[in-house]
Amino acid sequence: MTSSMHPEPARVVARHEEAADVVTLTLATSPARALRPGQFNMLYAFGVGEVPLSTSGDPARGDLAVHTIRAVGAVTRALCRARPDDVLGVRGPYGTPWPLEALTGADLLVVAGGLGLAPLRSAVYQALAGRSSYGRIRVLVGARSPADILFRAELEGWQRRHDVDVLVTVDHAEASWQGHVGVVTALLSRLDLGPATAALVCGPEVMMRFTVRELGRRGIADDRMFLAMERNMKCALGFCGHCQLGPSFVCRDGPVIRCDRLGSWLWLKEG
Amino acid sequence: MTPRELLARHPFAHGLSEVQLDRLAACARSARFGEGEVIFRDGRPATALYLIVDGRVVLEQHVPARGSLQLENLAAGDLLGLSWLFPGGHWILDARAVEPTETLVLDAECVRTVMREDPVLGLALATHVIHALYQRLERVRLQRLDIYGAGA
Repeated sequence: MTSSMHPEPARVVARHEEAADVVTLTLATSPARALRPGQFNMLYAFGVGEVPLSTSGDPARGDLAVHTIRAVGAVTRALCRARPDDVLGVRGPYGTPWPLEALTGADLLVVAGGLGLAPLRSAVYQALAGRSSYGRIRVLVGARSPADILFRAELEGWQRRHDVDVLVTVDHAEASWQGHVGVVTALLSRLDLGPATAALVCGPEVMMRFTVRELGRRGIADDRMFLAMERNMKCALGFCGHCQLGPSFVCRDGPVIRCDRLGSWLWLKEG
Repeated sequence: MTPRELLARHPFAHGLSEVQLDRLAACARSARFGEGEVIFRDGRPATALYLIVDGRVVLEQHVPARGSLQLENLAAGDLLGLSWLFPGGHWILDARAVEPTETLVLDAECVRTVMREDPVLGLALATHVIHALYQRLERVRLQRLDIYGAGA
């Protein structure tokens, strides 16, 4: 990992529109910058600014940095406008990965809400690459509407496999939608969750709080839940303190944090 | 399986004694719905409580100029319909089977009578209904936050 505050140039090699306001960029980087699932880069749109973005790519491709971006502010809008052969600044990788090696033998329960599927896609890629290392793998995905479902091709591909269960639900849908309707936590109540279950959760914080509460009701211990926290990360090095959450700096001690280590800080409202 | 046996396995009847199960089972009959079949419609009298045994049901609301919008799915173990709780109630949504669905249909007037005549059973059933209502309320709160919207 580099500790540099200086971004290095990286060329965009592919751009894919996932939804109306969501774009996935693939950048050519050196394998020394390979991201592990859960880790993030600071991506810099020259002259505009930089933002933290988790990897959404396949960790087997260490020469590529893949980031999925929703256009919500000046920097992310500039990043979403990038085209192949454009050059962006990259520094990283930073942060803690999903603890997939430590979870060998576990039943993996992946719970993603909205854009939270992006950092979890990487984790699923890695888990499927070492499929025999895990028990059941279940992927629960919540989206606003059918048009907002990300990575449809991957989800459909995973659904076709016999060794992964994928359940997708949307908050609202027209009558023609054949899938589930309702919040992602409602899917949890329909699963049998044994003591071998380990949950990887990413999405809006309010969704993660509801998910933690529901998993707790279902008997999953806090030390078997891992959350990818999103706070106001600026330096990514644990210096500036913008992302401080209780005793932790999310950029350095996270973004993936075990739930029991978050404790009551999970319920702290971001200012 | 008889309606009583199905009832005994459903979460709505968890914790009931054999005698209480007998009393409630006297209100119950089985009903199957094919894929796409409407179970009840908005505006019609709510004369029954449905317990979903197997399958999946969608609750829909018709919105002028937008057609039918899907609001929530219910599945095995869920309680379908709350408008039956009070005499004279009417359904406020459509319910449609998304896939072949097996239900237990409990006659509303019969259930209300059992609850009046056996206050212990009445409290147990009311507690189950309140629990289901609370869970539904939690989900609706999360749903209406529109948490996946831009900037959310």
